[in-house]
Amino acid sequence: MRHIISLLLENEAGALSRVSGLFSARGYNIEALTVAPTEDPTLSRMTIVTRGDDRIIEQITKQLNKLIDVVKLIDISEANHIERELMLLKVRAKGPAREEIKRLADIFRGRILDVTGSTYVIEVTGNSAKLDAFIDNLDNSLILELARSGPTGMLRGEKSLHL
Amino acid sequence: MELSGAEIVVQCLKDEGVEFIFGYPGGAVLHIYDALFGQEDVKHVLVRHEQGATHMADGYARATGRPGVVLATSGPGATNLVTGIATAYMDSIPLVVLTGQVPSPVIGSDAFQECDTVGITRPCVKHNFLVKDRRKLAETIKKAFYIATTGRPGPVLVDIPKDITDPAIKVPYHYPDKVSLRSYKPKIEGNHRQIKKAADLILEAKRPMIYSGGGVVLGEAATELTELTRYLGFPITNTLMGLGAYPGTDRQFLGMLGMHGTYEANMAMHECDVLIAIGARFDDRVTGKLSEFCPYAKIIHIDVDPASIAKTVPVDIPIVGQVKPVLADLITILKASGKQPDPDALASWWRKIESWRALGCLKYPQDSPLIKPQYVIEQLWQQVPDAYVTSDVGQHQMWVAQYFKFDQPRHWINSGGLGTMGFGMPAAIGVKLAFPDQPVVCVTGEASIQMCIQELSTALQYKAPIKIVNLNNRYMGMVRQWQEFTYESRYSHSYMDTLPDFVKLAEAYGHVGMRIEKPEDVKPALEEAFKLKDRLVFMDFITDRTENVYPMVEAGKAQHEMRLPPWLSSDRELA
Repeated sequence: MRHIISLLLENEAGALSRVSGLFSARGYNIEALTVAPTEDPTLSRMTIVTRGDDRIIEQITKQLNKLIDVVKLIDISEANHIERELMLLKVRAKGPAREEIKRLADIFRGRILDVTGSTYVIEVTGNSAKLDAFIDNLDNSLILELARSGPTGMLRGEKSLHL
Repeated sequence: MELSGAEIVVQCLKDEGVEFIFGYPGGAVLHIYDALFGQEDVKHVLVRHEQGATHMADGYARATGRPGVVLATSGPGATNLVTGIATAYMDSIPLVVLTGQVPSPVIGSDAFQECDTVGITRPCVKHNFLVKDRRKLAETIKKAFYIATTGRPGPVLVDIPKDITDPAIKVPYHYPDKVSLRSYKPKIEGNHRQIKKAADLILEAKRPMIYSGGGVVLGEAATELTELTRYLGFPITNTLMGLGAYPGTDRQFLGMLGMHGTYEANMAMHECDVLIAIGARFDDRVTGKLSEFCPYAKIIHIDVDPASIAKTVPVDIPIVGQVKPVLADLITILKASGKQPDPDALASWWRKIESWRALGCLKYPQDSPLIKPQYVIEQLWQQVPDAYVTSDVGQHQMWVAQYFKFDQPRHWINSGGLGTMGFGMPAAIGVKLAFPDQPVVCVTGEASIQMCIQELSTALQYKAPIKIVNLNNRYMGMVRQWQEFTYESRYSHSYMDTLPDFVKLAEAYGHVGMRIEKPEDVKPALEEAFKLKDRLVFMDFITDRTENVYPMVEAGKAQHEMRLPPWLSSDRELA
């Protein structure tokens, strides 16, 4: 099962490597990881996408909680949540494909950020499955470059991850 | 009060009440060493290798319950500590390790004696710090002591760049009485409702079993454990790390469990219907094959570390909290209930256990012309039953665990989790410095002892007259035993052709050496050695070199599938 774990951690040097080191040392897998400071400059928010059965996810959350730099965490995928990922794609946009790519970007509510005679840079946001679908619908030989941020997310409604 | 960074380090140790610091000087810690000069409050013990410093601090911590403190320089000083830090980490031992680092401006430039100490030690510490501001030095050291000693204890490292300890720059000093971390709030009390549920399950048990580990020793809960066990009349087993938490000579005690546990302890584990796990972590050396572990049992698990609960074995009633208050609470609830578990069921369960015990799985031949290692340990126990005993790792360690009946906690000191050869002798020095009037014995083997042999010199300098019992079988015994059992006796590189003369070696270091080659000389030699109160005595016992540790649950087997000693009928039905 895919899980999205959001955590607040002390904005200290080395905090990121404590988390990533934990995953590699214990053989857990990380599909994606994002981290950036929050409105409180002493705290960073990290989002980890991982996979595992219930027992492994329980261990992951317990082991993360044990890290001294981790202040609080939730598994947002256990409840109703919003998930967003940003993707930038540079594609070959020539001939008949040029118009087709534009249409596809419109369908996915993508934005074309950069245009040359032969290329587009497209921005698409959404949950990870939507980004996957966009890539699947595109002729792969046209992709010159692809950068995904990895997902971040939060719970819907009143419940939130804060101190 | 304005102090330099170096003076702050020393003043913090004084304010923390640190008695000993085990260390080795070098470039990056010279300012700190200068601040240590001429003061007597914190006694510095100069080791011969930094690994020895960590093991001494570790032995000190295990015996006293107070944190052990280590000081080493950057680079190789720090990397030499790693084995000792990992040893303490695996057994949850509180250490505060101070390391020097190259000056802040040159960090990252591959400077002389630079290494990424915080990075190298990160996976084997509870937490670590790199100090970047001398104004935060005192608070950081306080945090290190706080984190190391609370919750599930463990080693904490503080890496201090040399410029931070510059004697020329002074800043106001204040050592906080208390620190609080928003991200670290260890749980103390257990959930009362969970404890109530545990009590209900205990009262329904027909074939109960108590399985307790090092957490009871570390959590100072031996009294509560003993009270609970006696009140209920239940059988109890201890893990390797838990020995001494319940009196080893008591009838309710079934001995150690696990790979080299007793027949009765492992069988009772396998057959029980309610298992009460207390401060133990279901280590693979305990459980054997997980899918067949305690197949009939409902499991209650009490532990201070939530991550230890349901890590390898699913648990029915988890209780997170310090063992001591949780057990006290449990005892109160049980007594208040006015109920007792079914006495007939319990009596019949004990009859079954006694039938397993009657097998006598720890018996060994008494008529050998060679010294049996088990005999040496039994004789040692007869001589000094209240001694502190440290060990290295291997067969000798298991024989101590089996044949030395520890009646008190903190008296059995060994590297259980990491299994560090070389641990025993420096650890014994740490214990002896803490308890100079108590007998302290290091039981070792001729392979293990050579891994930190240089600390014999430290023992002389700081007057730590420990007794060393070397079970010399001219093999890495446990390796040889595995090779005999699983590699058709191909003894690949498990012996040393050129052992030193240990008697001369001990003498060269200024100690007393003895070689004992006949069974009848074992007892007199031990008597003589313990009479020499002020001398370190190295007793080199030349033992039966083919002796194996039994019973044995071989790797991958279930806990009840024990290999029994060949002198017991080996084709005996094991169920």
